[in-house]
Amino acid sequence: MTERTTPTLGEATRREAPDIPAPLAALVAEFEGLARAQRMEQLIAWADEFVGVPAEVARAPHPESARAARCESEAYVFAVDNPDGTLAFHFAVGSLHALSAKAWAVILARTCSGQPLEQVANVPEETIYRVFGRELSMGKEQGLAGMLDLVKHAARSRLAARRVSRALEPN
Amino acid sequence: MTDVAATMSEIRERGYAHPEVLVSTDWVAEHLNDPNLRIIESNEDPLIYPWGHVPGAVQVDWAADLNDPVRRDYLQRTAFEELMSRIGVSNDTTVVFYGDKNNWWACYAFWVFQLFGHTHARVMDGGRVKWEKEGRPLTREVTTPARSKYRARERDDTKIRAFRDEVLRHLKGHLPLVDVRSPQEFTGERTHMPEYPQEGVLRGGHIPGAQNVPWGKAVRLEDGSFKAADALRQIYEKEAGLRPTDEIVTYCRIGERSSHTWFVLTYLLGYPRVRNYDGSWTEWGNSVGLPIERP
Repeated sequence: MTERTTPTLGEATRREAPDIPAPLAALVAEFEGLARAQRMEQLIAWADEFVGVPAEVARAPHPESARAARCESEAYVFAVDNPDGTLAFHFAVGSLHALSAKAWAVILARTCSGQPLEQVANVPEETIYRVFGRELSMGKEQGLAGMLDLVKHAARSRLAARRVSRALEPN
Repeated sequence: MTDVAATMSEIRERGYAHPEVLVSTDWVAEHLNDPNLRIIESNEDPLIYPWGHVPGAVQVDWAADLNDPVRRDYLQRTAFEELMSRIGVSNDTTVVFYGDKNNWWACYAFWVFQLFGHTHARVMDGGRVKWEKEGRPLTREVTTPARSKYRARERDDTKIRAFRDEVLRHLKGHLPLVDVRSPQEFTGERTHMPEYPQEGVLRGGHIPGAQNVPWGKAVRLEDGSFKAADALRQIYEKEAGLRPTDEIVTYCRIGERSSHTWFVLTYLLGYPRVRNYDGSWTEWGNSVGLPIERP
């Protein structure tokens, strides 16, 4: 049995000016070098770190508007505004065996929270395959994409609100 | 071969047509070291088996192991023989399937194994949910059995598998179709949610004439085990109007949930002419010109 390792975010850096959040870009780069078994071990380690949404952010029953579409694991996404204009992401996952959803929730929370909204809104769905591997089933990918959609939607809606605010500002 | 029926009194009392296809978690726990048995876990989520599985169980992945790697189809005979050899299954080995999602993928793997005629096959009632709820042991140690010799027959797609054109003839003949998806998928509502266009299928709705009997109706919510035969007859015969002698086609989105219902109708209720349409809605809803019904 492979020894489990502590998940890391790698050497995230903003110097490369990635078009997705730097911590996520670093994590993707790490995962792309892993063999399947190592990838599974890493994802399980991430899933083991999952903690549900704090009670001060949201309490069950959660609204349908926060529920990730197509996710059979009943994943809910919550975005909290940070003072610096970025977002902090929290997740609830209802299914007992939702290991992939839990791993993805931890990854998104740690790599997209506090990051520039333009970059969060720009994360491509392809990222899911780069993290989970090409063998991911269509149904599973669709569920994880539903979670990502809500993260990106939260970022986009804040960006849109900013644009409206700027447009309404007196010259 | 292991005498399954002798230890299955509670399951026998449920009145199934073929109770021997089910084994209880108790029975599996007592047979973890049975050399004539191979316990097989099949899940939707590829992380679950490495996270923890029944001691001694091997994994059969529905995508990596059962599907053809290139075209949309199942593996051929030689690949099936190689799979069976790799997981240490001989022709007389009894395989016991279990998995997540109330045994969706366990039933799916069971169904694929039947295409090759491996009838020494069982399903662990309640699957992973029941095993875990009972606090039974799980291990992360990957099982690597000694290779076996296995000779398979050619895959037989004629008896329990349905193809698109056969389903088209089926509906034109007004024969029963069972759509086991959720009511939202059945009506087509789910593929039309705003902002979520990528459903893997271009049209929503269902095959004309199909009845919607979601797969989950067949299981008990508390532990994921199958309902007794009387309760199943109430659902499928009294409410859905199926008759045991009917020629029936089940379908869902890609054929996994419908293999669960295929298992229920074929083995628990004993219907002899049930086929699973594995092309399901991802084929039907994407095909040009096929009829679709929407409310």
